[in-house]
Amino acid sequence: MAEVTTSGASVAVQPGQVRRFFDSDLWWSFRRSPVTVAAAIVAFVIIAAALLAPLIAPHNPYDLASLSLLDATDPPAWLKDGNWSYPLGTDTQGRDVLSTILYGTRLSLMVGVSAVLLSLLIGVTLGLIAGWRGGWIDTVIMRIADVQLSFPAILIALLIDGVARTMLPRDAQNEITIYVLILAIALSYWVHFARTVRGSTMVERNKEYIQAARVIGVRPARIVVGHLLPNVIGPVLVIGTINLATAIITEATLSFLGVGLPPTQPSLGTLIRVGNDYLLSGDWWISIFPGIVLALLILSVNLLGDWLRDAFNPKLR
Amino acid sequence: MIAFVIQRLLQSVLVMLTVALIAFALFNYVGDPINNMVGQDTTLQDREQLRQELGLNDSFVVQFGRFVGHAVQGNFGLSYQQARPVKTIILEKMPATLELSFMAAFLALLFGVPMGIYTGLHRNSWGAQAMLAVSLVGVSLPTFLIGILLILIFAVVLGWLPSFGRGTVVHIGWWTTGLLTVDGWRAIIMPAITLALFQMTLIMRLVRAEMIEVLRTDYIKFARARGLTSRAVNFGHALKNTLVPVMTITGLLLGSIIAFAVVTETVFQWPGMGLMFIQAVTFADIPVMAAYLVLVGFFFVVINLIVDLLYYAVDPRLRVEREATGG
Repeated sequence: MAEVTTSGASVAVQPGQVRRFFDSDLWWSFRRSPVTVAAAIVAFVIIAAALLAPLIAPHNPYDLASLSLLDATDPPAWLKDGNWSYPLGTDTQGRDVLSTILYGTRLSLMVGVSAVLLSLLIGVTLGLIAGWRGGWIDTVIMRIADVQLSFPAILIALLIDGVARTMLPRDAQNEITIYVLILAIALSYWVHFARTVRGSTMVERNKEYIQAARVIGVRPARIVVGHLLPNVIGPVLVIGTINLATAIITEATLSFLGVGLPPTQPSLGTLIRVGNDYLLSGDWWISIFPGIVLALLILSVNLLGDWLRDAFNPKLR
Repeated sequence: MIAFVIQRLLQSVLVMLTVALIAFALFNYVGDPINNMVGQDTTLQDREQLRQELGLNDSFVVQFGRFVGHAVQGNFGLSYQQARPVKTIILEKMPATLELSFMAAFLALLFGVPMGIYTGLHRNSWGAQAMLAVSLVGVSLPTFLIGILLILIFAVVLGWLPSFGRGTVVHIGWWTTGLLTVDGWRAIIMPAITLALFQMTLIMRLVRAEMIEVLRTDYIKFARARGLTSRAVNFGHALKNTLVPVMTITGLLLGSIIAFAVVTETVFQWPGMGLMFIQAVTFADIPVMAAYLVLVGFFFVVINLIVDLLYYAVDPRLRVEREATGG
């Protein structure tokens, strides 16, 4: 977060900026809101645990040799028949639920972050082009954006994902799925970035520093990337945070529907889907624990996004 | 006004053609559907004959022309998976989805609007704060998770409600309804609540924001200064102006419900179009996918058209704004 100063103008972190960040309104409003601090801590714990999964997970769920069907569907450790070597119980294949959650969160986060970054790249590029060039390019891009905005993003992601899956050869699906998923989510969320960037580009385009750069003969490409981009990127980063929660939900939903990550490479959504089949027979822990982690992750990211948006919007204070 | 309507109609037709093109491209270029329909021991001749019957050997132009012609009549050929006309399958599934969707929309409006009014009027009250906090949790819980939690509590632990299906349905012509049997009502409760919750929080937040916005305006201050009762001010003046955007949002809400019905139907194994689409994706049943694509595209285009025209008809300010921005 350190690179987002209140002016939104500078992107690189320099030594003096760290102290400036702690003096800023942003840090002040962060400390003042206990909910936000709590959300930040929860998000940090989940993300850190996911990143460190190979180090801290008690078992390796991908190592088929270590699985034993004798340990299948053990309940959580504190219940009868529970076993402390599987703190949250095991699934039907004898995989440790805690470990699959750690690895699953890693995948969910990776897909979510990649999708947001990709949609940011697409959206910012198209937004800059539309705002800078104007004319028919602007019209075409914004019409597409309008049309896409009239469909719910999740439906678009579902359709892109579904269509792409049927086009791929069956045997290659498991390896490519994750990229298809990232692309499908990214293509369903670029519109928000593009609209914001286009709007601020059209304002910035006529300001004096851009005119000055033009007058001294800087190439247009350099003006856009070097001068314009740093001044329009601030709000985009806020939208990015809010969209991260949505992207994680979308990934989980697609995986739950069975058109996302496969059971051999389970994300949180896949884990819930797999566990859902055993819910009726009373093995609730297989789906409920990943569900809790997913809900906590989304809630904390949402709260952080809301806070960022409010902190950048002085009108709401 | 007429120019605006014509422009919007043209845009709608363009969108529909694009959707049709995607659906057709799907039809034409994806995999070999024959392999999905026949067993291992089918002879090459039989395969070729089936291919001929399904029209998969014709040229691009012929196939596209036939596709659009048939699509307009609602004919999407045979399902690869079930070897039955797609039209029959969709007509079979449509009542389930529509019943669920309208029930959910009804619930969302029934609870969302009053809650929004309440939280807007009593901003700092304990109840309003609690509702807002709960709504934030509601937004953060993915639809399918809410469904699973409901199943766990009411079907597995308490055993009060069925966890899947529509219950007993009654046939009225080609329409099937679950709303005439006790069984059907018990079955629709959980899916409808699951589908409604997210929309409800959305409506509540929207009505609240609009209410707060309206209460700040000068004409409300003037109404208060005239000494009208707060009841007359709140419900006679403020609410009326709040409901304009709510009315139009309801249209978009219907669209969003159709989208999320896919998720809810999968959780509860509700035999509707959403479940049908997901099954079609897993079986690569392309005619069914294409038909769903076109149908949903059509729903959305119609809904958006109506919403745009409603905006135009209801709020005169928008007419001026639109002309000013040239949109």
